[in-house]
Amino acid sequence: MAVRVIIPTPLRPYAGKRDHVELSAKTVGEALSTLIAQHGELRRHLYQDDGRLRSFVNVYVNDDDIRYLQKEETPVKDGDTVSIVPSIAGGRDAGSGATKEAAE
Amino acid sequence: MRLRLTSGVCDEIREHGARGYPHEVCGALLGREVDSDGQGACREVVAVLPLENRREDSPRNRFSVTPEDVLRAERAASERSLELVGWYHTHPDHPARPSEFDREHAWPWYSYVILGVDASRPGEMTSWRLADDRSGYAAESIEVA
Repeated sequence: MAVRVIIPTPLRPYAGKRDHVELSAKTVGEALSTLIAQHGELRRHLYQDDGRLRSFVNVYVNDDDIRYLQKEETPVKDGDTVSIVPSIAGGRDAGSGATKEAAE
Repeated sequence: MRLRLTSGVCDEIREHGARGYPHEVCGALLGREVDSDGQGACREVVAVLPLENRREDSPRNRFSVTPEDVLRAERAASERSLELVGWYHTHPDHPARPSEFDREHAWPWYSYVILGVDASRPGEMTSWRLADDRSGYAAESIEVA
């Protein structure tokens, strides 16, 4: 299936400065694998060492978040758009005060 | 690497940080890459978009921007013929240095401005970019124009 993968701004330097890539895939996982095969430096920014997508990497097929579909097994069809969209997160290290603070 | 902020942008970030204390606040940095002064690459921030910190469970030491808010910030940048070049957030009663949690969750390319806010008073402001191999950060020097 011919799909378009949208590259978010912070990853474009690792994808030849391209904002999208056209490739052939049957599932979201296959699309991401093909993307990484073409642009290997993307791997560390998309995936954890254990092979799971990083929590702040959000992937959509058209307007649907794959978390609510079949995740990376979500099938794609001709003309679909697979979008990689960042979440942004951070925060200071947890303090030692009385206030309960998240470690994650 | 250099990051140039207008004085208005600095003031907005400081005011947002003071208003939100003791919680972390966050927002988007809108600007452009420039090389107009002959001193090499410089990223200029001319506007900010204050955002809601979506970490309601632990706003004193965590912030979160949803993908919907990221897309909204990108649209806001595009409408002003600018780029979304990074993010700011505050560290209440903590140094303006990226934490391990910051590093684990960072994206490359973006500028990450951190403002320390001590007892509701805005203090040091720093800026950082994640290394290509994700091992750490490179500091950006901040210029206020």
